[in-house]
Amino acid sequence: MLPRDHFHQAVYGTAFHPRTAAANQLNAWHRWRDHTVADAYFDVGMEYNAIRNACAVFDLSPMTKHLITGPDALAYMNRLVTRDVARIKPGRVGYCVWCDDAGQVIDDGTIFHLSENVFRLCSQERQLDWLHRSSIGFDVRIAEETEELAALAVQGPTSCAALRKLGLAGLESLGPFAIRTYPFAGGTLTVSRTGFTGDLGYELWIEPDQALGLWDRLFAAGRDFGIRAIGTFALEMSRIEAGYIQAGIDFLPADRAVRPDRTRSPFELDLGWLVDFNKPHFTGRAALLAEQRSGSRYRLVRLDVEGNKPAKDAYLYDGRRRNVGVVTSAVWSPAAKASIALGTVEMPYGGPEDELFAEIYYQKELKWSRCMARCSVVPGAFYDPARRRLTPAPDR
Amino acid sequence: MTEQWPVVVIGAGHNGLVCAALLARAGRRVLVLEAGSQPGGAAITREFAPGYRVSAVAHLLHLLDPTVERELALAQHGLRLAASGLRTVALSAAAAPLVLDGAAVVRGEVCAADRSALAALSARLQKFAALIARQHGRVPPRLAWASWKDALPALALALDIRRLGRRDMREFLRIATMNIHDVLEESLVSRALQGALAFDGVLGTRLGPRSGNTLYAALYRRSGSVAGRAGVLALPQGGMGAVTQALAAAARSAGAEIRCNAAVRELLVQEGRVTGVTLESGATIAAAIVVSNADPKTTLLRLLGARHLETGFAQRVHHLRSTGTAAKLHLALAALPAFTGVADQDLGQRLVIAPDLDYIERAFNPAKYREFSAEPVLEITLPSVHDVTLAPAGRHVLSAIVQYAPYDLATGWDAGREPFLRATLQVLERHAPGISGLVEHAELLTPADIEQQFRISGGHWHHGELALDQFMMLRPVPGAAHYAMPVPGLYLCGAGCHPGGGVMGSAGRNAAQVILKGG
Repeated sequence: MLPRDHFHQAVYGTAFHPRTAAANQLNAWHRWRDHTVADAYFDVGMEYNAIRNACAVFDLSPMTKHLITGPDALAYMNRLVTRDVARIKPGRVGYCVWCDDAGQVIDDGTIFHLSENVFRLCSQERQLDWLHRSSIGFDVRIAEETEELAALAVQGPTSCAALRKLGLAGLESLGPFAIRTYPFAGGTLTVSRTGFTGDLGYELWIEPDQALGLWDRLFAAGRDFGIRAIGTFALEMSRIEAGYIQAGIDFLPADRAVRPDRTRSPFELDLGWLVDFNKPHFTGRAALLAEQRSGSRYRLVRLDVEGNKPAKDAYLYDGRRRNVGVVTSAVWSPAAKASIALGTVEMPYGGPEDELFAEIYYQKELKWSRCMARCSVVPGAFYDPARRRLTPAPDR
Repeated sequence: MTEQWPVVVIGAGHNGLVCAALLARAGRRVLVLEAGSQPGGAAITREFAPGYRVSAVAHLLHLLDPTVERELALAQHGLRLAASGLRTVALSAAAAPLVLDGAAVVRGEVCAADRSALAALSARLQKFAALIARQHGRVPPRLAWASWKDALPALALALDIRRLGRRDMREFLRIATMNIHDVLEESLVSRALQGALAFDGVLGTRLGPRSGNTLYAALYRRSGSVAGRAGVLALPQGGMGAVTQALAAAARSAGAEIRCNAAVRELLVQEGRVTGVTLESGATIAAAIVVSNADPKTTLLRLLGARHLETGFAQRVHHLRSTGTAAKLHLALAALPAFTGVADQDLGQRLVIAPDLDYIERAFNPAKYREFSAEPVLEITLPSVHDVTLAPAGRHVLSAIVQYAPYDLATGWDAGREPFLRATLQVLERHAPGISGLVEHAELLTPADIEQQFRISGGHWHHGELALDQFMMLRPVPGAAHYAMPVPGLYLCGAGCHPGGGVMGSAGRNAAQVILKGG
């Protein structure tokens, strides 16, 4: 609960703010919902390198978190999202999307199946309204617990080693998308092998009053493992490399869209694998079945862009004439040594063998230039290290 | 071995029976499941005191679809009228009552200007009501058009409005969404006349005369016809149950089976399709098509369950306004009562206690705050005057719709029943001194009773407020206005669908047509 005098301040620091503020040599921040998070602490390139070569720590406390409990919790979750939640066993995490009646994606997020009929739903956007609306006819309790839980992402090849040094014995045996709890400073530390970097990594969940102690002990434990606090800019590079989409950037949440052609279905975001027509009814099912029959309007593409100019906001062309889409995320990928991009194109363009062109505007010393860069369609992630999936996790 | 039927109709209300009869006539095998011990749903006649029988809910017949009447040969199946073309007697505690026969004031003090204004207004309203009546038998227009065929109903409606002629079209578009208070204030000066006419705009609704689109509700009430005469009121011989008995006979003779004491507990759903029903008894009946005469909330949220629906759609159904405010009062009387200033020959007419606009508005005000009217408005009939079968010789029944009695009364109806009955009898006593002494038995059905006895969610006997945002293609909710529900195999056929409430049968007929077209 916010204090009664909350209106004096519009944006808050997270539970880690005393430490992140001290570490932030650039004093560079931006707003994530009601909190500030660091853009970068010292150097984006070095922070990116911590993700791919050492151990990176990102404060994700502002992530919206909901706790869903009650006798109908499983049935409720299954009606909410497009995938079969019954297959996410207790102690497991699942990536998911949920749709409106028209089968258009409202948001994506992760379901933490904490125990029988106890779920935590994490999402980019605030969802309490939709979650409540979806609860008609279900015996469930829904509570937002964003403020009640602080969280750190610890990502990178040495993340497991650093966390074991912290005292999380046996962590290497935790498989991808699994959850485990550890006693910590008289309380409980929940660890999930999840993340937004496409690398080996974990997310730590803890009560806010234990946040600073966790930070201090984590950084002490990680000193020999190259641990480094990272900001959103470095995280953004790694999530594009992993090919992950983000609400508000790669798709517009359906409940925010005014114009009918701005929303996207799961199929149109390359998330068809999350849609299960063989499970009980879910919101958007009829519309998605119809889309499966009649075809989608758009396609998400992952593009390897010729040259070295980041294709941010570029128009995408079929050949050199017809505008068929737009780039939604783009970055120079140090890991793939390529200019990479996520984009949305009209069907039928952007198929596996299709060649697209990105119209890139770039600046050299205040002078704008333009080029048409050839793009090839990449089937999956741009960078996908084996350690992401290995169990036991690599320990160095 | 599970019983199997091509079509199961849930509820033997008038619309369920019409739908069943028409489907059976077209060769479908139809089973009608009725929770009650006799067919008719809420449109039944029942004994409420030894020897006294009365229409349980609706008591005047004025909207019955003439096409249904003809197609199902209801006269041959025993439907007779005890009286037709009832006059309206507008009671007043202070002055002599007005007696209205259609557009004419046949008794009472009304100035010449009002008489001609009333004639002009009535003629115009009747013309507009005829326009609405033409929509009753049509499946409502679609808001999204997949083809030109979908656009036709909307074009037909537009053409009907255009055909009113320039002046009347303009007037229709001006007043269709207005409140009836303002329309009457600009047309008439007689308070008694205003009160009597405004009553038609609020009867059966949770609206006061100053609430939006009450004029439309009044037009809706006039949109029926009896024996070819538009906008008249009639009493069926034997009460409203006679209508559903004739419908049940028509359905049976067409080959439908009607099974009573067979309440449905839930709908069966398999692979995204409604495949049958489970009864309260535990028995299951498989059906290729399930048609529900139950109200939309009962059908979709209770029998089917929101979990089989999309979130947004379930939310719309959840928010359908369907909390009733109309109570029903039945009195067993030892003798014919005397109403002040009302001649004996007028006692068989429709008596209205709504003496002026402000009286109605004041009666409505408490309903906004979930309280009942301290001085309610009433529509009273004494059907036994025309129909001796309803009461022992020399005795009478009084049947009255009493407003406002909000379903969600703040104190709850267990605590509210006695005081509301007292308040109602006090108002009656004021207009009919001595009537309390004649009462041998009184039955008050609050909306909570109506919900419980007739399984109508919210006790709203129109299955949903009669308001423009819940009419036509918006009835019951957008996305469900064409009788076929979003879950394949399930149809709605009751008053919650277009065209709406009243003992009409059009919704049942329209639903049958959609089913027969395979829609």
